[in-house]
Amino acid sequence: MSKYTEDDLREELKTKEYEYGFYTDIESETFPVGLNEDIVRAISKKKEEPQWMTDWRLEAFATWKEMKEPEWANVNYKKPDFQAISYYSAPNSKPKYDSLDEVDPELLATFEKLGISLDEQKKLSGVAMDVVVDSVSVATTFKKTLGEKGIIFMSISEAIKEHPELVKKYLGTIVPQKDNFYAALNSAVFSDGSFCYIPKGVRCPMELSTYFRINQAGTGQFERTLVIADEGSYVSYLEGCTAPSRDENQLHAAVVELIALDDAEIKYSTVQNWYPGNAEGKGGVYNFVTKRGLCETNSKISWTQVETGSAVTWKYPSCVLKGDNSVGEFYSIAVTNNYQQADTGTKMIHLGKNTKSTIISKGISAGKSQNSYRGLVQISSRAENARNFSQCDSLLMGNECGAHTFPYIEVKNKTAQIEHEATTSKIGEDQIFYCNQRGIDTEKAIALIVNGFSKEVLNKLPMEFAVEAQKLLEISLEGSVG
Amino acid sequence: MLKINNLHASVEDKSILKGINLDVKAGEVHAIMGPNGSGKSTLASVIAGKEDYEVEKGEITLEGEDLNDLAAEERAHKGIFLSFQYPVEIPGVSVTNFMKTSINENRKAKGLEDMPAKDMLKMIREKSELLEIDRKFLSRSLNEGFSGGEKKRNEIFQMAMLEPKLAILDETDSGLDIDALRIVANGVNKLKSKDNAVVVITHYQRLLDYIVPDFVHVLYNGRIVKSGGKELAHELEEKGYDWIKEEVDA
Repeated sequence: MSKYTEDDLREELKTKEYEYGFYTDIESETFPVGLNEDIVRAISKKKEEPQWMTDWRLEAFATWKEMKEPEWANVNYKKPDFQAISYYSAPNSKPKYDSLDEVDPELLATFEKLGISLDEQKKLSGVAMDVVVDSVSVATTFKKTLGEKGIIFMSISEAIKEHPELVKKYLGTIVPQKDNFYAALNSAVFSDGSFCYIPKGVRCPMELSTYFRINQAGTGQFERTLVIADEGSYVSYLEGCTAPSRDENQLHAAVVELIALDDAEIKYSTVQNWYPGNAEGKGGVYNFVTKRGLCETNSKISWTQVETGSAVTWKYPSCVLKGDNSVGEFYSIAVTNNYQQADTGTKMIHLGKNTKSTIISKGISAGKSQNSYRGLVQISSRAENARNFSQCDSLLMGNECGAHTFPYIEVKNKTAQIEHEATTSKIGEDQIFYCNQRGIDTEKAIALIVNGFSKEVLNKLPMEFAVEAQKLLEISLEGSVG
Repeated sequence: MLKINNLHASVEDKSILKGINLDVKAGEVHAIMGPNGSGKSTLASVIAGKEDYEVEKGEITLEGEDLNDLAAEERAHKGIFLSFQYPVEIPGVSVTNFMKTSINENRKAKGLEDMPAKDMLKMIREKSELLEIDRKFLSRSLNEGFSGGEKKRNEIFQMAMLEPKLAILDETDSGLDIDALRIVANGVNKLKSKDNAVVVITHYQRLLDYIVPDFVHVLYNGRIVKSGGKELAHELEEKGYDWIKEEVDA
């Protein structure tokens, strides 16, 4: 009988190369390594920013210098040398393009390898793409359609120039410069990112989507995203990323701020596939992200994330439920394999009356990885009738990985209703054999079981993203079983 | 169709099957009976290719092809089906989704394209009617929260969908009330043809009132110690297994 043991599976897993591990050589303009006030000024100047923006960055930098890198997360890694990173890199092709023909063919080839050819995207899905390669947006589509509805969707650098009043009003209001170490760093040096404004009462007619990509050796990527949904508006925003494989660690410290004004709704979906490092745990992206949304009265923010990449993940998309009757949701799948470490979860801060939050977290650990859920549910004293439901499920593959849950609950109002459910399970040999007996091989069986486990969250993703995410789960876990 | 020749098998160095011989021809129904711990379920698992079991000696062939080097899924592709005594749960995977995956994986192994959705739906409708299964049931997670009877009915539904050459029913009657038993047996009988074969593994004679065997074998201590026609099952029902044990141990 042909035996396919766990050892075979492990071997196979080790030899699996990162699917998207290639590197595109686009002529780039890169700043010297290191960080000081001059570099911050230079970034601001390079981006032709107004004085207030430069000052804002400098203020952040001054705060950051006094801060210490946090150590409370359940992760171990060699701290980045912040003076060994180059803080600015832009693809050499300066002008914006009217059509794809003008875009660097090598760049287009990169997109094709990733299966996200702009051409196809344009034609098929009705998704407007604001493509970020390294730090500067190189292609923006569908702007016109959006423009007709008064929707602003552009890079944050453009927005700083074209809509300074909006940026000035909201930037840093949800995640202040001094919020935490990485947020401060991001505030000082953010290179680019997306800006989105949906006017009052407008329902955004298409999913807004941005593909982020680290593309320059040794360049940290500091994205800044600001989404504002004005009263009664709706927007669904998709963010996905893959990164080329390389040896040295790359730092990614993004900040995302969402503002849902009265009666507005924001759906923010992420599929994250940064390079996780090789089978020995060498290399890989450090992903230290601050994502937070503010809900005003009757508004709703949903975070959905599928996290399969990065060597180290530190990420807690959160909702501040300030307005009465506002709703916060967090749906997450976090997959770790080999030596990956993830410490991820959410914070639901209930300030308003009748506020509701839902947390569904699915952690899948394989190899020698460590996967932690960390979540805070906080009910303030004036939040009458607040409700929270949390569910944290962990799925383990093999005997060398770990799953951890750190739920924090702080309740200061006795009318609150809080529910927390947690399960831990292991993919069993019996399940695999059952599938095998029905003609389904072990790889496919694992994919099936994992997809079943993750279904509640996958269902929350927009259709085209759900398919991609499902593929990503399969790729990330091929060959791991316990 | 299925030939087993001097099969010895062990699990964790414990010898369980000690020289099984069995010849099942197309169109036949064989019943394997025996007291608890005689090796009935082990035999089913070994035929299906479960990895925990070590085949030490002997061979199993299906239509002349040696199964020894084939993985469990390859045996399934060749037409072996096992109705499990304890079907496992797979949360979040609906019966329909599971069946779709199973059928298409089996087709892929034969070099066929995926079954068109229309055909799949038609087949699901027909087979669920055959087993008196409410179609709402098919969108539930596989075996999750199913009653004992639902689990077994679901196994036979899968058998109906996959149309195997050789079906092994491992204690399919356990946990079934009389109505469920009748429905399940009825399903099996309708699926029977001159081209396929059924091996029924059971502790009790009850199921054999509905699925009537051509041959009955008694498994005891890893060997088939007695074979006969369907009347043997009745004899066992009346007299129990002790007389067989005495006969063998004497």
